[in-house]
Amino acid sequence: MLPTLAKRGSSLATGAGQLARLAEIPTTRSFEDALGTSALWPLRPTRIEVLQINLGKRCNQTCRHCHVDAGPDRTEVMPREVIEASLDFLVRSGIPTLDITGGAPELHPDFREIVVRAADAGAHVMHRCNLTAVLLPNYSDIPALLAERRVEIVASLPYFQGRETDTQRGDGVFEQSIESLRRLNALGYGKGDGLLLNLVTNPVGTFLPGEQAALQRRWKSEMQRRFGIVFDNLYSITNMPVSRFLEFLEERGQTEEYLTRLVAAYNPAAASGVMCRTTLSVRWDGTLHDCDFNQMLEMPVDARVSQTIMDADLAQLEERDIAVAPHCFGCTAGAGSSCGGSVA
Amino acid sequence: MSDAPPHPQHPQDPQHPHYYHSADLGRFSEISRGNSDLSDKFFAWYGAVFAEGALTAREKSLIALAVAHAVQCPYCIDAYSEDALGKGSNLEEMTEAVHVAAAIRGGASLVHGVQMLNRTDALGM
Repeated sequence: MLPTLAKRGSSLATGAGQLARLAEIPTTRSFEDALGTSALWPLRPTRIEVLQINLGKRCNQTCRHCHVDAGPDRTEVMPREVIEASLDFLVRSGIPTLDITGGAPELHPDFREIVVRAADAGAHVMHRCNLTAVLLPNYSDIPALLAERRVEIVASLPYFQGRETDTQRGDGVFEQSIESLRRLNALGYGKGDGLLLNLVTNPVGTFLPGEQAALQRRWKSEMQRRFGIVFDNLYSITNMPVSRFLEFLEERGQTEEYLTRLVAAYNPAAASGVMCRTTLSVRWDGTLHDCDFNQMLEMPVDARVSQTIMDADLAQLEERDIAVAPHCFGCTAGAGSSCGGSVA
Repeated sequence: MSDAPPHPQHPQDPQHPHYYHSADLGRFSEISRGNSDLSDKFFAWYGAVFAEGALTAREKSLIALAVAHAVQCPYCIDAYSEDALGKGSNLEEMTEAVHVAAAIRGGASLVHGVQMLNRTDALGM
């Protein structure tokens, strides 16, 4: 299995190292300029509707494109006081959705408790899932718990064939993912009666995803025909020039070409719907970020507002300026990209 | 005064100029310089051709990929390889599309063998 950038001591293991590399790439315009032409600069939240908590960097996979640089050799996990502060803020703020991500969030020892407490508090809970962690010993009870609490599952599956999926996510991942999806279907997920099972596809390479609705029609047809698997929605997400995908671009000598492609595909409609306008992202250590990508680049939220979930103030956070950098063109290219797929 | 841009630089290999440069695909719209009316019509028609219709946009992309190989257009091969992947096609499908183009090209040559037979029959005893 591929060691993480952190384990290898790569210069791209830190946010500063990645931002420094991205800043070296010549682009025809900055993201701030692009937003300016769309009357969106400075970028501000519309309304915070999603509290996204990243439980840490532990994962049983080391996917080639992972923006978190997650993997089995990572040890960062959200401590108890941050979990308590996050759940307290969720309830206190009335933010309707808790989006749980990682790493593989299931590997956090308190994952089950977080799900139960958030669901019992009335939040809509979303779980970002790699499909294979729940097949590990000691984690197979989790899908039933998710079904019982009506948790929405957002599962990564780049393609409906093994070669493409395993190239991105590791040998054997596709076969395990299919087994996991079959179990979720057997629990009632993806069958249109409220237990939402959404799949996420990231391009296996440096191309941009096509129109999401057309991709979804094909994925549904192929997953049903080949495996008898059903699901609700397909989200197509652009690969971000961040962390391990940035390393992949660097190895290929394609960083400038890829960033140029993203800049050229800037879509003002996608820019107005970017997820950072509705999301607040919490790092494992409690620091606040505008999105999971900014979190990995260690870009803090606006210095004028609360910096941690322990002292978060919703009204103040909804007035903040959102921090941007060249990687943000990944969310505004073509039909746009977000944790919920395309946005335009 | 000419409004032509300075001679384009090709950063990929400036020491070894050659006829086709992938960066030139991005300059396609410059074809409007000589007649913007015709190019406007072309690009509008082009866009309409590739829109979702009785054929899906993905199917049209595969057809374009095959035709790109038949007409051996390097720009079109680059563009529709990327477009086909983005629209969810896989390497198996794209390879079959290219074989269709190759089969038609090969068949087009071979079927002319009947012309050869017609002529040799006419010339022979």
